[in-house]
Amino acid sequence: MKIDAITDGIVIDHIKAGHSMELYYDLGLDTLDCSVAIIKNVPSSKMGKKDIIKVNAALDIDLHILGYLDPDITVNIIRGGERVEKFHPELPEEIVNVIHCKNPRCITSVEPGIQHIFKLTDREKRIYRCAYCESKAKSKDR
Amino acid sequence: MRHLIDILDLSTEEIDELVSTASDIIANPKKYSEKCHGKKLATLFFEPSTRTRLSFEAAMLELGGNVLGFSEASSSSASKGESVSDTTRVVGCYADIIAMRHPKEGAPMVASLKSSVPIINAGDGGHNHPTQTLTDLLTIHREKGRFHDLTIGLCGDLKFGRTVHSLILALSRYQNIRFVLISPDELKLPDYLIQDTLVKNNISFVETTDLQEYLPELDILYMTRVQQERFFNEADYIRLKDSYVLTREKLADAKEDLSILHPLPRVNEISVDVDDDPRACYFKQAANGKYIRMALIMKLLEVE
Repeated sequence: MKIDAITDGIVIDHIKAGHSMELYYDLGLDTLDCSVAIIKNVPSSKMGKKDIIKVNAALDIDLHILGYLDPDITVNIIRGGERVEKFHPELPEEIVNVIHCKNPRCITSVEPGIQHIFKLTDREKRIYRCAYCESKAKSKDR
Repeated sequence: MRHLIDILDLSTEEIDELVSTASDIIANPKKYSEKCHGKKLATLFFEPSTRTRLSFEAAMLELGGNVLGFSEASSSSASKGESVSDTTRVVGCYADIIAMRHPKEGAPMVASLKSSVPIINAGDGGHNHPTQTLTDLLTIHREKGRFHDLTIGLCGDLKFGRTVHSLILALSRYQNIRFVLISPDELKLPDYLIQDTLVKNNISFVETTDLQEYLPELDILYMTRVQQERFFNEADYIRLKDSYVLTREKLADAKEDLSILHPLPRVNEISVDVDDDPRACYFKQAANGKYIRMALIMKLLEVE
């Protein structure tokens, strides 16, 4: 299978195998007009199998959310066909409208138009809590 | 403009200042009788309450102000589906300050995001109840003269007991505090308070189901009611409601200067034969609630 190299854009590498579609929607890539390649189950010496996403456009998207979604991810920024930056996204202090609070007693369960805000309360243990009711986010709360 | 959503919105210096003002109000009530003349407090109670709402209203009336509001969701536009944000924005057109109680956790915070007037959280579900905590702190200060070097027993429903949660947050900022957390296994303190407050700040605590074992060590015993309205399952409530009943007989081993607090209302958890014991402080505590709310209203309205 051949996927062309990109000239200007982003390569999200080392995605846990099978999780690329979730990231695709969480990053809002489904709303883009540019080419987006989702490559699943790529053989990896480090991970066994991995997914990769390639976005063929210089975009201004919030990549820090990746730090929450998958801590092992590598982000490569490509300009003029060259990799100009490579980083592992850090955990963001705040996540907005990515996780939804599952506490049935939380105001977010009934208030219309409310932003779902989670704040990082323990970086070491990667714990996020609802800004309204302080319930802990579970990994499947998306 | 300041709101009071969480007890930690107030610094320890501000709490000292409120306690000091409340003590002055108790000593010199006439001095404060016109401080809020021409101001209006709206009490938006989406959930029934007696003492919190009445103490807010009494506080504003004793400051020379006026009160308006509702005491249950069914008599408000919430019954027509109005959002908390919209209700708050509308009421902000009619009142200078709002005290809100709501069954949903985080509702007063949502209100504060859109409000043009100060919001006071008067209890949000099982989450926080900062003005009860101010009441508790004023009572502790008047009984013990300090907030440090205390062993505090919290007994009953520690899971849904919002007054317990706020009190732990507030007292955790003082030196040499030790908590004895007494509850049935099903009603233990939530994990986030254990981890993020007690463990993180290296505060001494013990979790137990046995009140009698630890009673002799306590400087303060804070009893709580098992709240029927927090249970989805009636059978669980019936099984747990009488887990702890404090009687005069059981107090035999307690310190002579123990202070027994309870946010009230009580059901069975403190026998009426304890009421005449000099260590029972819960009715004094209820009276203190009005004075500390007077101090808080003045502070948030920036009344000198």
